[in-house]
Amino acid sequence: MTAERVPMNFFLNGSRREAALRPMARLSETLREEFGYTGVKVGCDAGDCGACTILLNGRQVCACLVPTARIDGAMVVSADGLQANGFLSRIQHAFLRHGAVQCGACIPGMLTAATEIAAAYENPTRQQVLDGLSGVLCRCTGYQKIVDAVMDAGRDPDYLKNPIGPAGGPAVGARLPRTDAIAKLDGSAQFGADGIPTDALWLRAVRSPHMAANFTLGDMAPLFERHPGLHKVLTAADVPGNKCYGIYPDLKDQPVFALDHVRFRGEVILALVGERDTLDAISNDEVPVTYDVLEPVIGLDAALAGDARQIHPDKPGNVLIAADLRKGAGDPAECTHSAAGQWQTSYVEHAYIEPEAGFARRRGERLEIHVTTQTPYMDRDEVALIMDLAPEQVRIVPTVCGGGFGGKLDQTVQPLLALAAWLLERPVACVFNRPESMMATTKRHPARVKAQFGCDGDGRLQAMKMTADFDTGAYASWGPTVAGRVPVHGCGPYLWPHVTINARAVHSNGPSCGAFRGFGVPQVALAHEALMDDLAESVGMDALEFRHRNALRAGDRTATGQLLVASAGLDQCLDALRPHWSEAQETVRRHNDTHANQRLGVGLGCMWYGCGNTGMSNPSHVRVTLSADGRVTLYNGAVDIGQGSYTIMRQICADALGLSVDAIEQVTGDTDLTPDAGKTSASRQTYVTGKATELAALDLRQQILRLANAEESAPLSLRDGTLMVGAAEVALTRLTADDNNAVLTGEGIFDPPATALDQNGQGEPYGTYAFAAQMAVVEVDMELGTTKVLRVVAAHDVGKAINPTLVEGQIEGGIAQGLGLALMEEFLPGRTENLHDYLIPTIGDMPAIEVILVEDPDPNGPQGAKGVGEPGLVPTAPAILAAIKSATGVRMHKVPVTPDRLRAAIITKEKAKVTAE
Amino acid sequence: MASYFRPTDLSHALSALAEGNLTVIAGATDYYPAQVGRPVDHDILDLSGLENLSGISCDDDHWRIGAMTTWRDLIDADLPRCFDGLKAAARQIGGPQIQNTATIAGNLCNASPAADGVPPLMSLDARVVLQDLAGTTELPLAEFIQGNRRTACNPRQLLTEILVPKALETGRSGFIKLGTRSSLVISIVMVAGLVILDEGGHVRQVHLSVGACSEVAQRLSDLEADLIGKPLSADLVKTAHFRGLTPMDDHRGTATYRLEAAETLIKRLLGTLNA
Ligand SMILES: Cc1cc2nc3c(=O)[nH]c(=O)nc-3n(C[C@H](O)[C@H](O)[C@H](O)COP(=O)(O)OP(=O)(O)OC[C@H]3O[C@@H](n4cnc5c(N)ncnc54)[C@H](O)[C@@H]3O)c2cc1C
Ligand code: FES
Ligand code: FES
Repeated sequence: MTAERVPMNFFLNGSRREAALRPMARLSETLREEFGYTGVKVGCDAGDCGACTILLNGRQVCACLVPTARIDGAMVVSADGLQANGFLSRIQHAFLRHGAVQCGACIPGMLTAATEIAAAYENPTRQQVLDGLSGVLCRCTGYQKIVDAVMDAGRDPDYLKNPIGPAGGPAVGARLPRTDAIAKLDGSAQFGADGIPTDALWLRAVRSPHMAANFTLGDMAPLFERHPGLHKVLTAADVPGNKCYGIYPDLKDQPVFALDHVRFRGEVILALVGERDTLDAISNDEVPVTYDVLEPVIGLDAALAGDARQIHPDKPGNVLIAADLRKGAGDPAECTHSAAGQWQTSYVEHAYIEPEAGFARRRGERLEIHVTTQTPYMDRDEVALIMDLAPEQVRIVPTVCGGGFGGKLDQTVQPLLALAAWLLERPVACVFNRPESMMATTKRHPARVKAQFGCDGDGRLQAMKMTADFDTGAYASWGPTVAGRVPVHGCGPYLWPHVTINARAVHSNGPSCGAFRGFGVPQVALAHEALMDDLAESVGMDALEFRHRNALRAGDRTATGQLLVASAGLDQCLDALRPHWSEAQETVRRHNDTHANQRLGVGLGCMWYGCGNTGMSNPSHVRVTLSADGRVTLYNGAVDIGQGSYTIMRQICADALGLSVDAIEQVTGDTDLTPDAGKTSASRQTYVTGKATELAALDLRQQILRLANAEESAPLSLRDGTLMVGAAEVALTRLTADDNNAVLTGEGIFDPPATALDQNGQGEPYGTYAFAAQMAVVEVDMELGTTKVLRVVAAHDVGKAINPTLVEGQIEGGIAQGLGLALMEEFLPGRTENLHDYLIPTIGDMPAIEVILVEDPDPNGPQGAKGVGEPGLVPTAPAILAAIKSATGVRMHKVPVTPDRLRAAIITKEKAKVTAE
Repeated sequence: MASYFRPTDLSHALSALAEGNLTVIAGATDYYPAQVGRPVDHDILDLSGLENLSGISCDDDHWRIGAMTTWRDLIDADLPRCFDGLKAAARQIGGPQIQNTATIAGNLCNASPAADGVPPLMSLDARVVLQDLAGTTELPLAEFIQGNRRTACNPRQLLTEILVPKALETGRSGFIKLGTRSSLVISIVMVAGLVILDEGGHVRQVHLSVGACSEVAQRLSDLEADLIGKPLSADLVKTAHFRGLTPMDDHRGTATYRLEAAETLIKRLLGTLNA
């Protein structure tokens, strides 16, 4: 039991307080639980993420490391208290102006740390800002806009008078601040762990510490006796419906609770439900589970070995799925120039700052689940199956989502909470701690990619072959998507007469691998970009010009045989990079002439990315209504996980309707209120839901015009609830309202044109493709093997930038994750299950980034827009690896390129050189 | 029920320790991370009320760093240049929040092989003062830290002060940390050094230490001996000087890499100390 409460006196967010508090409770917990300051975020409880940063007597500290007793006599400020008299502080306002907020989970910590900087320096230097923010992690923004905001905060004394964003004019293309920015800046945004009812019971999963084991459960009675606050122990026997779940209807292989066998470390054995303090007091050792530990199958070689233990009885050879693409019969080995190699990647963790969290409650014969998620409708349907309910009996209310990147597309807390709340008829809450979040959730697939590329004497690509094996871990999750995306994208964004690609997803006892920004494409891009460099060198062409010559263009057919009718802007991206590329090469040459140890290098990476699901229908449905009192409401089911879909859709809606953005109210992602806009994944929301929004708004506009008997181009306006078409008022009050209080309703459904792939991988898998080219400049310390990325220039064809600030934010954040993948991120089960052993880029690791937006409009996208959520990440690691090669002469084949790996490769090369001489 | 005690007087703290099994916390930055997913239910002795233990002072023989002195206090203190290396380490401990909270003494008592404070303090010939109800004991740092998470501090004792001889005041000092990212990172290797040259520019005294390459950070005494009396130069550094190190293979780096990096960093450190 924790120690007795102690009376304390202190100043908290500007007011004097007196309270009896638990002396050793983490201050973060006290501020959240006892004072409701949920602007204090908890990302790790270990000082690693900085999300809980507050000011204690003016100094930034991690509230999760401060005993509550220390606030006696002290002054405490959290992000909740930064506003003065209802006005944003200087720092908050600068964050708003600069578009520095994405998911928002790191923002309270950033703001308080920045407030300390602002108190110390009126106009801080860049270095002072980097130092001051170096203890707060952000997984979304790539830090660029945050640094700009903090540097700029002090510059404008009249900051509150400045309007933000353009007044009037089209909304699409404008740098409007996010719809949800203020709530994320003042601490009021409710994330998964924030809105939990005070009468909720809590749930904690007990997980297997072993990667493979059989187990038996013992008698739970003594546990209940020792802990009267324990209400229930849930096991597989309690599940009324499907015992297993999974993304694909035919692949429901992951048990809600393991039956008698576990396949990965972190698999759920049972769940404890009870009073929160009780759960905190129960250690896992007390729970009677007896394990018979098996030798785990780890890695591709072990999983594919002839005598490997079969992870699933129905998956012989441990192969979950295999898919091939065949176009032409040419062999790269027979080309004038050819290049080959093999690349290997590691498990990568999403590491969103907000861990999985939510609560469920039963309302009669219905269940309501408030949860941080990327996919409310899939959650609803999966929970219904598990609970043996009709989908309509389940309501998913997405909370503000503190980052997803693909990791919140799977079931985590949802089925456990649903079951507990249903059986106990009490609200039940669950918040994963960081190690649990890292251990139990999906990862990016480790991959082994073997490829050969060939071209003719003129440097035109001829034939390529690739085999790509992906370790998909214990359960299928999104693993089958590997088979969809990888063959399509494996040859890179280039025109090929002959393509052969074989991709497999293979089961092991590793963590289940699922969706993660770029889905298999970042792994294969390492191979295709390195081979493009090798071929260019072999032909004697410049690496950029070689890519330019072979770039897919409108009018070309892809490897799947799809005709690109328009919007294939890779050549334009490369044109935009060309001056930077020449200049950087010159800088590198000059520097390296005089520096033997600190060497510079420059490299390129290109990519393409199909927007939407692969070769299958993935419609979005959006509704826009008009009420009798002239209110326009956008029913937007495209969950905003930080990328900005709640802002983008309003912009699209406003222009299509012909009204200002301010006139558009919004109801967001709630399965009871909004129609299904699909998942926030696959870079599909701007493109697919954006188009549906445009269609819905146009539908409503048509109805209004018809009502007013006005022509197509008639201007609409809304003033004080009166809708005008031209100079004429539209009499709305005469119309009858429906259940939604709507007198007119516009509907929009868009399903991108796509066809299924045949057994040779031929077909039209996506409605459109995004293209990009990035250039990275690095500095390598030859003796230590350390790499510092100095500069990235990123040219992206986005079709149309609906909101350039948000687009840049996606690209900058993608680059940060690409940098992590290239240089530091490697998840090792049992060893890097926290944010000090698993490293993601900090603010000081980021290069200077220039984003160049290329807008080659897509004929189907809303105003020509395509997706950009994932493309930012894909070319970065290839560009960094190419730059390392340029600096050192060493081609790295395994990521992350940690200092010891790079140093070992440099030594090997030096030795080979000595031997050769 | 767990107990919590935050005395304002050292003698009360020592009496409490003498009575029972208490868990001591200073900045608590090593304490809380070890409790993730576990109940926080130890009987706690919180040193943060002992204001006398905070701050840096000097007497005739020593600079005295109080046990509750934080890394931030050290960075902000006006100190002779022999502390430059320790200050450089301080600026690279975690991030600003950690520096504002964590104590130097806590870093020593926690006795991690990767504790960044240890090599600079070893180069400063630091001694620690341990106190219990019976009185005080003084130990050289190298004897105080006995292994991974093991120290000579018994459960009834507190570390009250860290002593640095004034005789070293004029020494130039430095610290280099090698990690996989720019901040919030556990060192793969770190080195620290202090050198005093005579009027002729020859080495009169030199202390060099390496961390994260053995259970406890080590001084490179063979190398130190070889440098005495010579002009300070990295040329005298030989691989053999690092033979006493016993680095580990782990996810941060291989043993081979650590050994080589230690040598590279020591050479670079000597270069900067010469500048
Ligand atoms: C995010 C993060 C980053 C970090 N980065 C670094 C880093 O870069 N480099 C590094 O070296 N460390 C780092 N640390 C570790 C830690 O911050 C340091 O070791 C710190 O100096 C410990 O001091 P403290 O006062 O917080 O110790 P506490 O947690 O209070 O105590 C640590 C241990 O020492 C004992 N103890 C403390 N004071 C005394 C005393 N006076 N007498 C007897 N016993 C005592 C305690 O009982 C406990 O066992 C990091 C920690 C975190 C959370
Ligand atoms: S929650 Fe405190 S640092 Fe992560
Ligand atoms: S905005 Fe920083 S973590 Fe999401």
